[in-house]
Amino acid sequence: MKYLDEFRDGRLAQGLAARIHQEADPARAYALMEFCGGHTHAIYRYGIEDLLPANLRLIHGPGCPVCVLPSGRLQAAIELVERERVILCGYGDLLRVPGAQGDTLLKAKARGADVRMVYSVDDALAVARASPEQSVVFFAIGFETTTPPTAVALLQARREKLDNFSIYCNHVLTPPALRALLAAQDTNSPPFQRGVAQSAGVIDGFIGPAHVSTIIGSQPYEFVATEYHRPLVIAGFEPLDVLQSILMLIRQINAGETRVENEYTRAVQPEGNRKAQWLMAEVFTQRSSFAWRGLGELPDSALAIRPEFAAWDAERRFTIPKIPVTDHKACVCAEVLRGVKRPEECKVFATACTPDHPLGSCMVSAEGACAAHYHYGRFRQASSPCPSM
Amino acid sequence: MCLAIPAQIIEIIEEEHAVVDMGGVRKTISTALLDEVAVGDYVIIHVGYALNRLDPEEAAETLRLFAELAAATDAV
Amino acid sequence: MPLDVKHGVVEMSHGGGGRAMTQLIEELFLTAFDNEWLRAQDDGAHLTVPPGRLAMATDSHVVSPLFFPGGDIGCLSVHGTINDVAMTGARPLYLTATFILEEGFPLAELQQIVESMARAAHQAGVPIVTGDTKVVERGKGDGVFITTTGIGVIPDGVDISASRAQPGDILLLNGALGDHGMAVLAQREHLSFDAPIASDTAALHTLTAAMTAAVPGLHCLRDLTRGGLGSAVNEIAHQSRVGMRLREAAIPVHEPVRALCEFLGLDPLYVANEGKLLAICPAEFAETLLTVMQAHPLGREAAIIGEVVADPHYFVEMETVFGGRRLVDWLSGEQLPRIC
Repeated sequence: MKYLDEFRDGRLAQGLAARIHQEADPARAYALMEFCGGHTHAIYRYGIEDLLPANLRLIHGPGCPVCVLPSGRLQAAIELVERERVILCGYGDLLRVPGAQGDTLLKAKARGADVRMVYSVDDALAVARASPEQSVVFFAIGFETTTPPTAVALLQARREKLDNFSIYCNHVLTPPALRALLAAQDTNSPPFQRGVAQSAGVIDGFIGPAHVSTIIGSQPYEFVATEYHRPLVIAGFEPLDVLQSILMLIRQINAGETRVENEYTRAVQPEGNRKAQWLMAEVFTQRSSFAWRGLGELPDSALAIRPEFAAWDAERRFTIPKIPVTDHKACVCAEVLRGVKRPEECKVFATACTPDHPLGSCMVSAEGACAAHYHYGRFRQASSPCPSM
Repeated sequence: MCLAIPAQIIEIIEEEHAVVDMGGVRKTISTALLDEVAVGDYVIIHVGYALNRLDPEEAAETLRLFAELAAATDAV
Repeated sequence: MPLDVKHGVVEMSHGGGGRAMTQLIEELFLTAFDNEWLRAQDDGAHLTVPPGRLAMATDSHVVSPLFFPGGDIGCLSVHGTINDVAMTGARPLYLTATFILEEGFPLAELQQIVESMARAAHQAGVPIVTGDTKVVERGKGDGVFITTTGIGVIPDGVDISASRAQPGDILLLNGALGDHGMAVLAQREHLSFDAPIASDTAALHTLTAAMTAAVPGLHCLRDLTRGGLGSAVNEIAHQSRVGMRLREAAIPVHEPVRALCEFLGLDPLYVANEGKLLAICPAEFAETLLTVMQAHPLGREAAIIGEVVADPHYFVEMETVFGGRRLVDWLSGEQLPRIC
């Protein structure tokens, strides 16, 4: 498959990995965070960490919109579909997210709720056209990659006067989350002069998101370099892209540089996709604050639908209460998301907390750090428990 | 971020849609996020929408760079 | 008056035990399946079974949609149970078929399904010797559900079991993964992909017969249905108390299947197959087994994909195409397409 297979070539991987081994300074430790859940998944699924030197650690970031969706928002959707008897459409991985007491949209479906998995928001529009007598609610989640399609769908619904269609908006933004991670760092300590024994939780550089960047471009990341003095390399989605980006970060770190670089030049321009940005601005406005699972309340970090589109805003058409749901007390996702703890360091990892019974956000989606480690990587811990059936 | 794959546009349909092909699988997708697309273009598809065009020259350049870096270490 | 197959639908009376039911059975089922046992019209079939250990298997079929590229629920139900019996090492001999029909289901479609079953059974040389029909009210069934049960005889000297895999054994597949599951998924209305993928549904018993004849010391056979290869290797690893090491580059997957999996974020290792098996045999027989499989029409793309090792955790690890390693874990819940 063109533009996929070439970027997964194992022979080139060996060569790039050898380069990384050559250029990584054995007297230093490198802690690099890949923000995006898709990158976390690729790292585990291809076994990229096997190719890296021992003094280079990858820290898995919070860029998984399913993982950071607050349980209360999910619980509200379960209650909405059961109480109002709407047709609720959502992306696949959303259906297993646990709300309160482990309830999920899939379980609600089993109880008789009309919950439908869709591949695209367009499919939800089609459902609305086919069932004009019923209310159809699209459960919108995602970072800036997934937000423009929702904007287009909303404009289309308005154009068609599709009155039975509305959107439950849970779109979130990448730069505020990056900022929250960096603010939690001790930014006063010189990052490039530590020895091999590194302090937990320090992030030396970022592997930047691939497809969020096709939309927002490279400019929104500049603050990472100028305010927080960390390099960021926008990395393509394929494993060779990830290796190449790691090499670019090591080179910057070794040279004491802090710049935003773009490895994914085939799909990302510095200005991003202007038309997509314009469409998002036309439809959405920023919420002053939004609670992220694992990261807490972050200001200006999420989107709401503009008042002029109220007719298609599920939060205005229906009563969607604020439901506070606290995380399980044994859950340390907040620390895993910031790179302070690794999944296997959580006391309930793979015992009480598994992909079939997730207690926290990191285990919920296939791209969450804990889920990815459980599913692809836990054989690396000799002491890890035998999988239960 | 987010699962998106490169696919080739094989047919333009009116109303901001196109048919793409990836590995023999075809799907009608929306081109509403792009100003203009042409048959033969490669685009990145995410949840049924083309996010951006894929630049073949930049792709070739990136692959060339990989090969160069990989070869350099063979010689060491 | 004969059944109006063209325009008629299943009615409650077709399951009532009266004249309507007899007419349905005779004109639709018996006509299609026609054999000496069914012609005898007894409640149960009188069978002659050669000496040896009996193997028996049963399977229910609830696939949706009922018709898909490469097959339908009818031939699927015949192949599925023939394969279950064949995976014990047995030669399948006879099948039963029971139908739960939904009131309102078009007779034309039922006839298509029944004729497909008849063709599959005839081609496989395994007759359907007895069966049953029930009708449920509209809304209480998904068109039609089919259950088939099969029996067969295991030849002497053949001892196939999921607990027999040993460190050093070799793992083989008879072909490419994921065709059936992706063919069916592509048809689901909400997904609307146009994919040149057809189900691989097939009866594997002549292939397994050739395999056990050439390598009587075969340790394991498993057909890779729901949960795909990923589930099968974990089940066997646990029952045999071993680990496994696979090579991703050696596992065949057809390009459109790979492409559709990429679109949806699915892993071909866990996608259902209906004409694929995993074989595990001692290392010294691996090349022989591979040759025998590749000589059979259902094994042309057969490949060696890995080996069994000692492992106290019973992990199945895989060397990725990229050169790193990953776990091939149990499937969690149902595979749902990812967006991220």
